[in-house]
Amino acid sequence: MNIHEYQAKELLSKYGVPVPKGRVAFTADEAEETAKGILKNNSVCVVKAQIHAGGRGKAGGVKLARSHSEARQYAEGMLGKKLITHQTGPEGKEVKKVLIEEGCQINRELYLGMVVDRAAQRVVVMASSEGGVEIEEVAAKNPEKILKEYVDPAVGLIPFQSRKLAFGLGIDKSLVNKTVKFMDGLYKAFTETDAAMAEINPLVITKDGNILALDAKMGFDDNGLFRHKEVHDMRDLDEEDTKEIEASRHSLNYVALDGNIGCMVNGAGLAMATMDIIKLYGGMPANFLDVGGGANKEQVTAAFKILMSDSKVKAVLINIFGGIMRCDIIAEGVIAAVKEVGIKVPLVVRLQGTNVELGRKILSESGLNIITAEKMDEAGEKVVKATR
Amino acid sequence: MSILVNKKTKVICQGITGEQGTFHTRQMVAYGTKMVGGVTPGKGGTNVDGIPVFDTVDEAVKKTDANASVIYVPAAFAGDAIMEAVDAGVELVICITEGIPVLDMVKVKRFMGGKKSRLIGPNCPGVITPEECKIGIMPGHIHKAGRIGVVSRSGTLTYEAVDQLTRLDLGQSTCVGIGGDPVNGTNFVDVLEMFAKDKKTEAVVMIGEIGGTAEEEAADFVKNKMKKPVIGYIAGVTAPKGKRMGHAGAIISGGKGTAAEKMEAMKRAGIKVCNSPADIGKTVVEGLKKKK
Repeated sequence: MNIHEYQAKELLSKYGVPVPKGRVAFTADEAEETAKGILKNNSVCVVKAQIHAGGRGKAGGVKLARSHSEARQYAEGMLGKKLITHQTGPEGKEVKKVLIEEGCQINRELYLGMVVDRAAQRVVVMASSEGGVEIEEVAAKNPEKILKEYVDPAVGLIPFQSRKLAFGLGIDKSLVNKTVKFMDGLYKAFTETDAAMAEINPLVITKDGNILALDAKMGFDDNGLFRHKEVHDMRDLDEEDTKEIEASRHSLNYVALDGNIGCMVNGAGLAMATMDIIKLYGGMPANFLDVGGGANKEQVTAAFKILMSDSKVKAVLINIFGGIMRCDIIAEGVIAAVKEVGIKVPLVVRLQGTNVELGRKILSESGLNIITAEKMDEAGEKVVKATR
Repeated sequence: MSILVNKKTKVICQGITGEQGTFHTRQMVAYGTKMVGGVTPGKGGTNVDGIPVFDTVDEAVKKTDANASVIYVPAAFAGDAIMEAVDAGVELVICITEGIPVLDMVKVKRFMGGKKSRLIGPNCPGVITPEECKIGIMPGHIHKAGRIGVVSRSGTLTYEAVDQLTRLDLGQSTCVGIGGDPVNGTNFVDVLEMFAKDKKTEAVVMIGEIGGTAEEEAADFVKNKMKKPVIGYIAGVTAPKGKRMGHAGAIISGGKGTAAEKMEAMKRAGIKVCNSPADIGKTVVEGLKKKK
């Protein structure tokens, strides 16, 4: 789960990470009001569009305002409009809130990030002097410019590690202690909220000698959310696909894709393999949908409804390898779902595994117009043909 | 021969009195696995179908002499359960549980440093040596004792491969599900090393998926150390960047971990890579022929 910049900054400031003063605004009035307050002590304020995608600056989603009326104008220009960045895709994302923040005089822009490194099986702190640039770009072009420290979970981030990074970045001696404190706060925030990713890009050193998180991005481990209600409550459903939200309500794993063949599969690996086989036969999957190893009738019905709600879908492939879950139960679930939801596009069903004969018999005797397949490649071929 | 488990393996089940634990304990007993005990804190002294239940793993191991444990404890408590088994000196700990927070697993791995236990999983179907010992949730009846080793990050996709091997009468020496989580106990290289030494295993099927670099490391191992044929498949060619595909570990992040990269690395290492999962069985047959 991801959160907005303003939410990440609120969370981080609770852990002592310094962030610019600011407030989120949902309307132009609120934006103007907040700007008024900020401009009492500052010559500029910043209006930042709040969407879950990077690249906002280049797309016109970050503006400097020198008066509250100017701030209002920018907020009006963003709110309710679609912002198209290189991360949103061509359809863009609607801006529903803006962050109004104090401006600052920047001396240096740096990068600071934390993720769980899979190979090391530990949290890694990454720092780079190349702030404001995407870290993937730095990693590709100048990997030597990324400094790393791996954290032993038993002792946490040790001050010497933060100092090593700070000196490595060439931070002025007088600011090293502030930097250590900053990193310590970020690490605590990361581990105490089960974060999966935290990125401060840029981390700025201001002309008056302060260190600030000018931008903040945080993502969380979905598996850890159960123990962090305050993080869970930050979920913004507007940022998610409606079909993905519906799927998560039924404990189904669903990811929307661009193709026209709807898929329903048990198991994540088999679901990906099914998508791949569709592509192998010249089709494109409309989605990834894993109903899980022990899917029941209700879940199969819910999954079916989600597939049918996608107007792009021109054919459906159900691929189930019955393990502990028996094929006859799955066949009955499919029939019940088709009867309840109705289906206007061709349906290919491939069952394999436990009680497969009985499952196939139930399908063929149902009187429903179902195309059956025995093997996976056969199923892929048939469903692609059905869309033609 | 086989790897990790055989008919002598003595198994306890952590979470035996839960719905999943009880159901799968019965399935494992029916398959012929030596289930010698179970653990549920607070339910020590009771039993499940005559299998004694203990309060702690330590007590269970001392009383039953178990050398393997299978864990069906809910995700919030699974990290704790793994560490309890490791502390009690259980040689093989197999964690089936899906959804363990990744930072819990980071702590578990730190805890395991320098200890002798091996962890398989979490978020995996388990380990089976057909017709001898089944530890996990896989359907036993699709397996057949034989000569192909199987190692995989997936569940049902593994069953697909196993089914093909059984139909071709090749059978399996041992099948190991290493799980779909980003931080796990045992990786491809560990299992390939064991299969390389196992006399009964003539070829290995390796099923990977997008995310991480475990397949690339396995390819390196195969290139330098493995003499037996290895047949590979990678799921997720069509997966988009930045989206988690069901498994916590199946995500292309920062443009890394794509199926194309993995397949390329595997091909360079001499692994026979199938484009379709439907071809796994027949590719194994071809691999065995070339060997002779």
